[in-house]
Amino acid sequence: MDFVLKTHNLNKHFRKPVDFHVLKNINLEIKKGEFTSIMGKSGCGKSTLLYILSTMDTDYEGELYLNNELITGQSAARLAHLRNKHIGFVFQFHYLLGEFTVLENIMLPAQKLGERSDAEIKAKAMEILDMLNIGHLGHKLARRISGGEKQRVAIARALINEPSILMGDEPTGNLDSHNSDNVLNIFKKLKKEKGLSLLIVTHDEDFARQTDRIIYMEDGRIVEQ
Amino acid sequence: MINWKVILGISRKHLLSKFKSTLTATLGVTFGITAYITLVSFMTGLNQMLDNLILNQTPHIHIYNEVSPSKDQPITLDQLYSPGEHLIHHIKPKFEKSNIYNGLPLLNYLRTREEVSGATPRLTTQIFYLSGAIELGGNLTGINIPEEVRLSGFNDYIVEGSPEALNNTENGILLGAGLAKKMSLRPGDRLQVSNVKGEVFPLKVVGFYQSGIADIDNIQSYVNLKTAQRIVGENATYITDINVKLKDLTLAPEMARDIERQFQVDARDIQEANAQFETGTNIRNLITYAVSITLLIVAGFGIYNILNMLIYEKMNDIAILKATGFTGKDVQAVFMSQAMIIGGVGGVSGLIFGLILSLLINQVPFNTEALPTISTYPINFNPWYYLIGILFALLSTFIAGYLPSKKARVIDPVRIIRGN
Repeated sequence: MDFVLKTHNLNKHFRKPVDFHVLKNINLEIKKGEFTSIMGKSGCGKSTLLYILSTMDTDYEGELYLNNELITGQSAARLAHLRNKHIGFVFQFHYLLGEFTVLENIMLPAQKLGERSDAEIKAKAMEILDMLNIGHLGHKLARRISGGEKQRVAIARALINEPSILMGDEPTGNLDSHNSDNVLNIFKKLKKEKGLSLLIVTHDEDFARQTDRIIYMEDGRIVEQ
Repeated sequence: MINWKVILGISRKHLLSKFKSTLTATLGVTFGITAYITLVSFMTGLNQMLDNLILNQTPHIHIYNEVSPSKDQPITLDQLYSPGEHLIHHIKPKFEKSNIYNGLPLLNYLRTREEVSGATPRLTTQIFYLSGAIELGGNLTGINIPEEVRLSGFNDYIVEGSPEALNNTENGILLGAGLAKKMSLRPGDRLQVSNVKGEVFPLKVVGFYQSGIADIDNIQSYVNLKTAQRIVGENATYITDINVKLKDLTLAPEMARDIERQFQVDARDIQEANAQFETGTNIRNLITYAVSITLLIVAGFGIYNILNMLIYEKMNDIAILKATGFTGKDVQAVFMSQAMIIGGVGGVSGLIFGLILSLLINQVPFNTEALPTISTYPINFNPWYYLIGILFALLSTFIAGYLPSKKARVIDPVRIIRGN
């Protein structure tokens, strides 16, 4: 079976201020094209898990595989490259670069990757914007658009390098129900049309219910998947 | 691999979006470099002027014949009293002519030496200036005027008349400015001098000489070497001094010792003659550099401050860049390139403003008795200082940018993203 993401006995400790075992023996597999959500109470470790899976946090024990390749112990530069190429990330807060236009924001990760020319990247970015129904925003400054629009731009940015998996840390947490539905529909459409794998941390029961699989976490353990 | 096009695109955006901060930081560097260039050009210009004041009037090596008692008294030559302690009281030097023995061959020899750029003969003697009822004691120096002009910038000190006028007038005299004033003489006037034996010679004033040192200008005058030889009643081989100019000033002490040993004359080098002069120059240079470096360090702190601020403001940007696959090095490059752009732009504009300011100062009138040929403040337009200025601008901004940018490199994006 092809797994986009797989962990083997993942453990993490917060060492400050006191030793705290946040993640306990996490064994997790995400299949290709699967739309998965992670639920759990605040402090159960779901975001911590997500940041480890996203390769940004490297302070853990256990093994992490991305596209069947062992990621654990790789150099920071290599991890940055993998993140750039294979992982799209959407945060609760949009994190756009305010002084850049929407288009420039979306293009940056692809320019960093440097596999395509600027013209190709731009065409690709416009295509994604059109797909998300925000093509008209391309030349506006990122700080001049509304919250719902920003989150869609952030999704567009996550998609620019055609990642293996899209991760979200409560991507709808800051949005009203209308915009939440909008984002959810986009995710479903991406899964259906592009076969994208998604892994979304959320608090929202309604959101989670519409995904293929829900992983429940409690006290640093997966209790049900 | 750093994709500089993308990195520079980001840093350009940062710089332009915070234009006021950027401008402040750039101006900090500009002021620092402007002040450095102006100060160093002005101060070294003044230094050079002061140095020249002394250097032009002091030959690199001065060869002369010192009056002194002979070291070899008869008793020391006598085998009978050797070995032994000889105590002779009241030794007096015997009368000798004050000329350099075999002066002209020595002169010719010196001119053949590789390291000598020129050697000029001189004849210095005591005379009296007679004008009407006045009788003033003074010095008369006979010189080879074309050589003096070539080697010591002699014409810089001729305030009226010209060196050619003296060269072309057999019995011409270049009168010290102080003397001319005392005796109220004008160029073209007649003047009589008498030598120590009381013989009187008529001379024609062809111009004035002003060294800027009053004690000299009140007694010193110049005539052609031949005229001087005629006044002291000696033949054409009679010279009392040889002034040597070297290609490299630092060789002077060694060469002076060499000449003394070979030719049994006294030779004094410029370092010996003006020991305090070099110290003064060094200290003035030290002050110049101390002030300039202080200015540049202050500018450096300005850049450090502003970049630090910028990085705190851009925490989220840094986090997102890292989250989307930019490496720590990329992020550091973003901020380093900003620092270097500020340094480069500030440095170059500093050089330009420094040059403009120097040019302005160079136009400011500066008239002083001491320096007859100088009418405006002196500026040293040495390209070296411009090179040092731009290098220092880049270096200080590099250091000022390095510390904050290193911080940006190691920032953990997870902590920033989760902190929100």
